[in-house]
Amino acid sequence: MCLSIPARVISIERDMATVSVGGTEYKASLQIVENVQVGDYILLHTGFAIQKLDIREAEESLKVFDEFIELNRQLDEEEVKTGKRIV
Amino acid sequence: MKYMDEYRDKRLVDQLVERIRSLSRTPVQLMEVCGGHTMSIQKFGIPSLLPETVRLVSGPGCPVCVTGRQFIDKAIAFARLNDVIITTFGDLIRVPGSTSSLEKEKAGGADIRIVYSVLDALQIALDHKDKQVIFLGIGFETTSPGSAAGIKKAAELCIPNFFLYSAHKVMPPAMRALIHEGIAISGFIAPGHVSTITGIAMYEEFPETFGVGCVVSGFEPVDLLQAVLMLVEQVESRRPKVEIQYKRAVRPEGNPKALQLLREVFEPQDDWWRGLGVLPGSGLKLKKAFQHFDAENEFAIDVEETREEKGCICGEVLKGLKQPGDCKLFGKACTPSDPAGACMVSNEGTCHAWYRYHRHG
Ligand code: SF4
Repeated sequence: MCLSIPARVISIERDMATVSVGGTEYKASLQIVENVQVGDYILLHTGFAIQKLDIREAEESLKVFDEFIELNRQLDEEEVKTGKRIV
Repeated sequence: MKYMDEYRDKRLVDQLVERIRSLSRTPVQLMEVCGGHTMSIQKFGIPSLLPETVRLVSGPGCPVCVTGRQFIDKAIAFARLNDVIITTFGDLIRVPGSTSSLEKEKAGGADIRIVYSVLDALQIALDHKDKQVIFLGIGFETTSPGSAAGIKKAAELCIPNFFLYSAHKVMPPAMRALIHEGIAISGFIAPGHVSTITGIAMYEEFPETFGVGCVVSGFEPVDLLQAVLMLVEQVESRRPKVEIQYKRAVRPEGNPKALQLLREVFEPQDDWWRGLGVLPGSGLKLKKAFQHFDAENEFAIDVEETREEKGCICGEVLKGLKQPGDCKLFGKACTPSDPAGACMVSNEGTCHAWYRYHRHG
């Protein structure tokens, strides 16, 4: 019931949006969010868009993850080289 | 699906697990207080990935589970009135009341309809002007703004036959109550979707007053493991604080429009939580200006005496004191198809999640 899923806004008519979740379309009320536009990702919960997803943040954290993997790889390499446990 | 799949990346999961394993020294007990987290944690088998030092326990985060039998009994009493249509989220109809359930009442002829949104309930009211339509409002701050929006719509459109029976609750009093009860919690995995609405200011008291950190987490394995890592880092460095892991959805200030709507429509009331009892200011009731939409105000009902299920230890489970496997009824007299207690009904309930994903654990 607390489930909220990311959905992409396809079209907007007054305070109702049509959104797509992996190809399936749903209606989402925009009554409790601000500045939502077509193309935005929102979190859909019991028929309401409850928040706009911050795409910049999402991309950013994925990038941070990549760096994290890279860092771990480097540490591993160093551990192998020096024979010492670093983290 | 975009912005979900990336957070299930196996490589990342492995790396995070490795990092947690190498960093964690102090034994910690981390509690999630969101049913969605409970479900994800069991579904993805997160506990089996963690070192012995990190123990995860579920708290009172499933709205259906913490809602009292009295609420169900009252809803049943409403359902038995003439010319009343009960509208509700699907989870609630199977929750056992003292002697019946909404599902049984429905089978017996009561007009009870499952809706996906409060807006569907409004539509039913518009379509059936000769009936009184009562919407059962349960859920935390994720869900209550929807009910508030529904009430505002009903007021705007002057829908006289729409009513709310509210068991909406707010999270912080329950988290506080757990700490006051002395339950060992080294950090909270704070609810992701509640926080999209509330923001994070309400969690500040936990590190400040109780030394317990809070990390607001998303729902995918990478999210949850990263949140665990952040809490482990906090414990190891002895610096509890409030942090957001789920940055793509949670802003520090939350959703101001939804918060404004909540303040306009609801005011706090004392409310009863399974396992925790009555907590001051932990529930939401309609403000005076909207009282004519309050089902409790508008209908006189006879409610049977509340009787709790014997043997059900839901209350202890919701406080993280016991696990579903400790319950004698678990998997025997209590299963998802024939639940004895509330924690077995909703798929966010701890007992349900255990039954589904690791019955043998
Ligand atoms: S298994 Fe059923 S009876 Fe036992 S605690 Fe869970 S919900 Fe209650």
